[in-house]
Amino acid sequence: MTFGAEHITVRFGDVHALQDVTLDVPTGAVTAVVGGDGAGKSTLMRCLVGKVVPEQGSLRRPPKQQVGYLPSGSGSWRDLTVDENVEFVGRVYRLSRSALDGRRSELLRAAGLLDVGNRLVRNLSGGMRQKLGFVLAMLHRPALVVLDEPSTGVDPVSRVELWRMIAETAADGAAVVMSTTYVDEAERASAVLVLDEGRAALSGRPDEVIAAIPGRVVQVAHPADRRHAWRRGRSFHEWLPDGSPARGNPVLPDLEDTIVAEMLYAREVSR
Amino acid sequence: MWAMIVKEFRELRRDRRTMAMLVGLPLVLLVVFGYAANFNVSKIDTEVLGPQAQQVAARLHAPFDVTRVDPSGTRAQAEDDLRENRIDVAVVTATSGTPVVLVDGSALFTAQSAVSALHRAGSSFQIQVLFNPDLKTSWVMVPALIGLILAFIGTIITSLGLVRERQAGTLEQLAVMPFRPSDVIAGKIAPYFGLAALDLLLVTVIGVVLFGVPFAGSVALFALAGAIFLLVVLGLGVLISTVSQNQGQAIQTAILVLLPQVLLSGMIFPLAAMPWGVRWIGYLLPLTYFVNISQGIMLRGASFASLWPSYLVLTVMAVAVLGVAILRFRRDLAPNVRAAEPEPAAAP
Repeated sequence: MTFGAEHITVRFGDVHALQDVTLDVPTGAVTAVVGGDGAGKSTLMRCLVGKVVPEQGSLRRPPKQQVGYLPSGSGSWRDLTVDENVEFVGRVYRLSRSALDGRRSELLRAAGLLDVGNRLVRNLSGGMRQKLGFVLAMLHRPALVVLDEPSTGVDPVSRVELWRMIAETAADGAAVVMSTTYVDEAERASAVLVLDEGRAALSGRPDEVIAAIPGRVVQVAHPADRRHAWRRGRSFHEWLPDGSPARGNPVLPDLEDTIVAEMLYAREVSR
Repeated sequence: MWAMIVKEFRELRRDRRTMAMLVGLPLVLLVVFGYAANFNVSKIDTEVLGPQAQQVAARLHAPFDVTRVDPSGTRAQAEDDLRENRIDVAVVTATSGTPVVLVDGSALFTAQSAVSALHRAGSSFQIQVLFNPDLKTSWVMVPALIGLILAFIGTIITSLGLVRERQAGTLEQLAVMPFRPSDVIAGKIAPYFGLAALDLLLVTVIGVVLFGVPFAGSVALFALAGAIFLLVVLGLGVLISTVSQNQGQAIQTAILVLLPQVLLSGMIFPLAAMPWGVRWIGYLLPLTYFVNISQGIMLRGASFASLWPSYLVLTVMAVAVLGVAILRFRRDLAPNVRAAEPEPAAAP
């Protein structure tokens, strides 16, 4: 089964938060939504969980009982302990005592939180809070898991652990969609949607998206056109539109290169 | 430093609540203290009963405002009129002997004004203060303070509890969980209602035991008034939470809502002593009606027959305030396209 959105448009007053955006979220896979601040990622996530109703377009999502959601922020109650958070969410989703106990042990152990069950959430580190938020979103084995920037502000070790949990969730058969500002994370997903100012700039499997890069990307020490160049390590990568004279060392572009090149291409075309 | 000053003014200009406290509050305080802060009651509703009623009534001058003269009236009628708050002072005359002036001690400042006016006149009246014979301030303040404490708890604690949910970003999570909006609202309000009800009981018992305040009337009527008043103040708390993005804003707004109730509900300054230009504000405040009921029941043993208008106003307020609050809160939980607004960033 595939959840997702079909040609949805969301407007806040005069501002289009999303414009004609389509996203497929298949089961058993992780779909990433990438974009900068204000690109519309959170609005798309909120549409998928039913918090925002689009002005146009349609949504494919399971009933509320089968949706798991981690909003931006930790998604847990700071003045409750870890165990109390789990118990609250378990009761909301009407899990039986035995099912809740089993699920609590399984998920808290996977998240490395089993030993801090009695600790107040406000005393947890940011990474631990995010992992707890993920545990709460996953507790009732939802068919659709929506994660809004789950790894923002999380330390690298916790990010790796979060990714492991996200990948395992998809492997267990859930449809997982996550928004992120980290392109390296999106590259690990089965499919990616790049949002730019509320519009879908790119979408598809990461390798397909990369293969469809417009023009070429080269590595240069000194860019010829600063507007087309971005720093990568100690050197620069520069985008050369089709038909440009060859220069620099050609590089195998990754998703970050592709997204930047696509944005530059879009600006060239619209000029 | 100049840059800092400019930045501060720019921030202040956009912070409407702080501006309201900076500009509005001094003006309100000035007007209130200028006009309302008056303990001297210049008009005291008085009835004169008994065989000598006409003659005695003719001897009464300001501040006594004789509203009823009944030669066939009795002391029992006079006490009943005082209990049901139909008048402030009753003069009971007999065919011979000194007329007895019955004063309603539950209206403290009115009673004090009446007693001092009678003493000044040097007249030969026998003065009896009912319901609060020693004119103790605590007896009058405790029933009013019960209302004020409930208003504080209901308004501030409820709004803080709801705003905490919004500030932490968990309100959005509740909105997408398999709850009905009414479940979320009831689930959020019920604990505060229960706690405030417990507070009502505690404060009342402590007031009675510690300060010796009498409880002359019906406990059930008092509990009913407490429950209705709680619904009003809880509704105010929910309403404040829907217009506040963080706990600081909620507290500021709650103070702006509570301060007029402290000053203009009649619990400190008697409504009767306020000019109508200010007094009408008092009649828009729920605490005014709860104070009327609590003082009436606890001190005078007043019955529903005389208190029903206050119950009615409080009930209308409860339905209106809670209704609007729930509608606004529902909108936060289940937005539609028109109501869709970008969610503010959650606190880290």
